[in-house]
Amino acid sequence: MDKSADRNKGKRNQDLPIVAGNGLIDRRALLGRGVILAGAVGTGIAPSAAGAEPLVDDPWSLEIGEPTPPYQTRSKFEAKVVRTLSNPDNEPRNSHARTPHHMLAGTTTPNGFHFTINHGGIPVIDPDKHRLVIHGLVKQPLEFSLEALSRYPQVSRVTFLECGGNSAPMFSPEPMQETVQALHGLVSCAEWSGVKLSTLLEETGIDPKAKWLVAEGADSPHLTRSVPVKKALDDAMIALYQNGERLMPGNGYPMRLLLPGYEGNMNVKFLRRIKLIEQPAMTMYESRTYSQILPDGKAYRFYFLQEVKSFITSPSHGMALKGPGLYEISGVAYSGTGRIEKVMVSADGGKSWGQAALQEPVLSKAFTRFRMPWRWDGGPATLQSRAWDEAGNVQPTRAEFVAVRGELTKPPPILGFPNQHYNSITSWGVATSGEVKHVYA
Amino acid sequence: MSTPRPIVLAAAFLLATTASLSKAETPHLGKPLDEAAIANWDISILPDGTGLPKGSGTSAQGATIFAEKCAACHGDNARGGGPAAALVEEHKIVGISASQKTIKNFWPYATTIFDFIRRAMPFTAPRSLSDEEVYALTAYILAENKLIDAKDTMNAETLPKVKMPNRDNFIIRFPDRI
Repeated sequence: MDKSADRNKGKRNQDLPIVAGNGLIDRRALLGRGVILAGAVGTGIAPSAAGAEPLVDDPWSLEIGEPTPPYQTRSKFEAKVVRTLSNPDNEPRNSHARTPHHMLAGTTTPNGFHFTINHGGIPVIDPDKHRLVIHGLVKQPLEFSLEALSRYPQVSRVTFLECGGNSAPMFSPEPMQETVQALHGLVSCAEWSGVKLSTLLEETGIDPKAKWLVAEGADSPHLTRSVPVKKALDDAMIALYQNGERLMPGNGYPMRLLLPGYEGNMNVKFLRRIKLIEQPAMTMYESRTYSQILPDGKAYRFYFLQEVKSFITSPSHGMALKGPGLYEISGVAYSGTGRIEKVMVSADGGKSWGQAALQEPVLSKAFTRFRMPWRWDGGPATLQSRAWDEAGNVQPTRAEFVAVRGELTKPPPILGFPNQHYNSITSWGVATSGEVKHVYA
Repeated sequence: MSTPRPIVLAAAFLLATTASLSKAETPHLGKPLDEAAIANWDISILPDGTGLPKGSGTSAQGATIFAEKCAACHGDNARGGGPAAALVEEHKIVGISASQKTIKNFWPYATTIFDFIRRAMPFTAPRSLSDEEVYALTAYILAENKLIDAKDTMNAETLPKVKMPNRDNFIIRFPDRI
C-alpha cells in the first residue's frame, strides 16, 4: 500500500502508465489518490475556483425528515431504476423481468432487481402449507415443512443465476441497438442461504441405481427438470433466503433448488417435489426448450453449464461520455466452472488488451466486478472485455463463437429466445460525440 | 470453578467435532411417507413409459376436447394463430432459431407431450384434465402430425413406442457432468 502510494506520488505530473491501445491505463493506477490528481492535471481541465456561488442550506437540512418505515425502500429519486418487463399485464404466457446492470454497482443484485422468468404467473404460496417431498429411488421417502427445514444446518453461498437464454439477441447477424439490460439482463448474483440437498438425501438414503432426479415446482405449470445426482451431491442447495431475507416470490418463495453455475431454468422454484430416478425424464424444458439447434441441424442436449462470460456495464449502450478525460470501464465477469482468473479489456476493438483490476473477494461461480482506468482522447473507441476462469476456460471471440454455434439470418424480436448459451464478447462503440452504441468487432 | 475445567471442555468439544466430521448429525425432521400418499403429486412420465397412468384415448376423442379446451390459444385444429404456439406444423428445421422447432421435427419423445399436457395445460386450469382426456389429446396431436395413424389408441403401452423422427439427433453437451 505504502509503496504504491510512493510510486504514485512521484508520478503526479507524469502521464499515467498506458498498458494497451487507445488509452487503457495500468489497473494499478486505480490505487491511491495521487493518480486521480494526476488525471485531473493530465487532462488540463482543472476547474477554476473563481466566481463560485456561496454555499447555502437546502430545504431538507432545515426541517425534520420523514418517519422511519419498518421495511425501508429506496429513495423516491431512484424510481427510474427498474427491471424491464416482457409481460406487465400477466397475459397467459411466460413473463420475464431483466436486471438493470447499467444502473447497478458491485456484485450483489438487490432482491428487487434480481431477474425472474415465470411460466404461469407467480404463485402466492402459504409457507405454512408448503411441503417438499423427496421420493423415488430412496430408502425412505420424506416430507419436509419449511419449519422443519429451518432447523437444519444451513450454508450460505454467493452465486450468479443466469437464464440459459440470456444474451439471446447476440445471435442476431447485426448488433441490436439495445442496452446491457435488454441484452444481458437475465443474469443476477445473490447470496443464497439454505440447506444442502445432500444433507436431506443423507436422511432419505439413496438407492445406488439413482443417477438423476426430477425436481418439480408448485407453480401452475408444475415446472420440472431432470438434474444429475452428481450435481445434487456436489453443491446443490434448497435455498430459503436471498441476500439475507426470505426468497422473493418471483424467485421461488418459499424454497427453490439452487444449482450453482447451472442454467437458471434447472434451479426449480417453489420446489415441492424431488424424485430420484435412473434415467432423465426428458421433460419439455430439457428435451425441447433448453436443447439448442446447431448449424448442422443437430441439437445440444443437457448443456447445463453457464460458461465463462463477461460484459462491460459502464460505459455501455445508451450512455454518452461527456468529453475526453479519465473514465473507469467497469463490468461483471462470472463462470459456472469456478473463479474468474483474469479479465482483459480492450479499447481498440481487440487489437490490444490490458488486464483489468478484479474486486476482491473473487468467489467461485459468482459475479466478479472488474475495473479498468481509461483515458478517452475523444476519438472513436471500441470497448470489449474478455474473461478467463480458473479452469483455463476463456470467453470466445464472436468469430470463434459464431463458427461453432452459428447466427440468425435476421435480427430476432428483442424479447425472443432464438437460441441459448451465448457467452461471447460484447463490444461497445464510442463515437467522437461520446455516444455509446452496440457494435460487433 | 477450578481452572482446568475450560481445558476439559475444550478437549471434549474437539472430540465431538472430530466425531461429527466422520458422520454428520442431522435433525431427522422429515415426515416419513409411502408412495401411495405421494401418488397424486407423482406426475413425472419417463420416456420408457414409467409413470403413465391407466386409461386410453383416440385422436377422434381428442379432436372434440381440443376444440373445446385448447383451440382458443393454439388455434383451430392446433394450427396456430392464437396467443400460443401451433402444435401441428409440417416443415424441416432451417437455421438455428428455436422458432423452427415443432413437435414433429424436434421433440424426441412422445411421452413428453403427455407429461406436459397433464402438468401444465390448459394454461388457465392446469391439472383439470382427466388422464383419459390427456391420452386423447396426445393421440390427437400425434395423429394430426401424422406420427401415428388416426385410428391408433394411445395408452401406457402404445405411447412410449411412438418413434419420434428427431430422437437420435441430439448431442450431450457435457457428458462428464452426468
